[in-house]
Amino acid sequence: MKKAHWREWAFQAVALMAMVFTIGVLITLIVDVCMDGLLRLNWQFLTSFPSRKPAEAGILAALVGSACMIALTALFALPLGVGSAIYLEEYAPKNWLSQIIEVNIANLAGVPSIIYGLLGLEVFVRNMHMGRSLLAGGATMALLVLPMIIISSREAIRAVPPSIREASYALGATRWKTIRHQVLPLALPGILTGTILALSRAIGEAAPLITIGALTYVAFLPDSPLSPFTALPIQIFNWTSRPQKGFLTDAAAGIIVLLIVLLFMNAIAIWLRNRYQRKLY
Amino acid sequence: MEANIVETNVGARRTVPLPHAISLHRKATRLREGIIHFVLFLCSILSIFTTLGIVFVLIFETVGFFRKVSPLDFFFDTQWTPLFAEKHFGIWPLVCGTFLTSIIAMLVAMPIGIFSAVYLSEYSPDRVRRVLKPALEVLAGIPTVVYGYFALLFITPLLQKLIPPMSGFNALSPGIVMGVMILPIVSSLSEDAMYAVPQSLREGAYALGARKLHVSFLVVVPAALSGITAAFLLGVSRAIGETMIVAIAAGQQPRFTLNPLVPIETMTAYIVQVSLGDTPHGTLEYNTIFVVGMMLFVSTFALNIISHWLRRRYREAYV
Repeated sequence: MKKAHWREWAFQAVALMAMVFTIGVLITLIVDVCMDGLLRLNWQFLTSFPSRKPAEAGILAALVGSACMIALTALFALPLGVGSAIYLEEYAPKNWLSQIIEVNIANLAGVPSIIYGLLGLEVFVRNMHMGRSLLAGGATMALLVLPMIIISSREAIRAVPPSIREASYALGATRWKTIRHQVLPLALPGILTGTILALSRAIGEAAPLITIGALTYVAFLPDSPLSPFTALPIQIFNWTSRPQKGFLTDAAAGIIVLLIVLLFMNAIAIWLRNRYQRKLY
Repeated sequence: MEANIVETNVGARRTVPLPHAISLHRKATRLREGIIHFVLFLCSILSIFTTLGIVFVLIFETVGFFRKVSPLDFFFDTQWTPLFAEKHFGIWPLVCGTFLTSIIAMLVAMPIGIFSAVYLSEYSPDRVRRVLKPALEVLAGIPTVVYGYFALLFITPLLQKLIPPMSGFNALSPGIVMGVMILPIVSSLSEDAMYAVPQSLREGAYALGARKLHVSFLVVVPAALSGITAAFLLGVSRAIGETMIVAIAAGQQPRFTLNPLVPIETMTAYIVQVSLGDTPHGTLEYNTIFVVGMMLFVSTFALNIISHWLRRRYREAYV
């Protein structure tokens, strides 16, 4: 009996240690990056273009590039994703085609991001002649986040109680009017939460952008959707792969900026989610 | 708006004198509903076109590649040097690199992931769980470039102190970091599977006098095995497709080896390496990234399908 007790205790200790180790890695990562880059983070860094000298380099082009690209991504992905979710939840008949669409979306969510980069390179950059532009980057990222937006939007739409739809139908509203005026407003916080989380993943993605050939050295701000661009993670990657110590410090400072942006987006998503949960019950 | 009132509201119908107008309004409404239905359908069919687009692009460029290079060289040569003067096109060094980093990642993610899942699902008090779960999820949200930086500049120097002959670029350090990145997926999917195991199985074991540890590992874990396998496969699929960590910290030297201490190159890192240079469309180098992409797509796709199928199965079995 005593031996078994001892084992119970040992397992709990080991399991807790495993998790403490994991969270320890997370904390070490953040502390390490902050120690490397926090001193480098200043106004000059945020408002300068990249430079050959690490001390004069800055993150302005990458920051603006990321912001513009994400705006385009949201512009493409939000209507398409929500439209798709509405169709699958409210319209789709239970047949083989709906089944295929559903399985297909689940699978697309698991396709490595770099494959989307190859798709974007061939279709958007070459065949549609968008070049290595913001537009091509935004479109590629939109395809990447679309499955995530569809899945979370469907959950939000499903959470709207059927009684609300029935009440709307009973008052004589058509299907679209019910969706437009009853279902969507109620599902909107959930949809936005999912979309922000999906976009925050897109902000951190470097691989597809490198594959479509986004530049690593951009000393100007994008002035149209067709202008070349760089993005935060690409800039960080570029600095990380340089031998000079100064650029590694720049990379660490860039990572801090990126993490702050992500923290901010996640905070908005959590705030929206909490508001939404209060409203339904 | 008015058309709708006529269409739907019985009271309002009386105010419209002509039956002709009613049917016109009704037709307009029906048309609009039909158009909206169709547009929404187009939105959801886009996902099918995305998959078809990926498959078509990869097949097209792969065929272009095999017009110039024999499949025999591709599958049986042991060197991969398409960017050098003396070109070899054996895929094995890249497959080997990918295999090596993925195995290391799974060796980290699997034990810790399952232990965490058992602890969270069977042991942890609600309060602990509410702190630990989101903390694990934060790990999944950190961009992979950040992990790459961490692997190259923190883990590698640390490991070099322990294992002096280790090279600055290697498979071990990115593999370990990748394992930490994958851990939340493994842990949360395994936990879902354990959660789906019916309470009656646990109670049956307790009634026979089993201790909690035995119930967890001899009843719950085996019952959730298909779900845990699904989590494992999905983790492997993530590891194979992971790009930035290995591109930063594993080096760019395709090597036919299973030594985790020397620089290697994975399939994904090769695509990054070629993409960073300016490779013109239509060249053999341009083809190679799509061939490598094809290998990646086929392997991750197969793993995802099997994983999806396994997860559906345990849901059917217990729910």
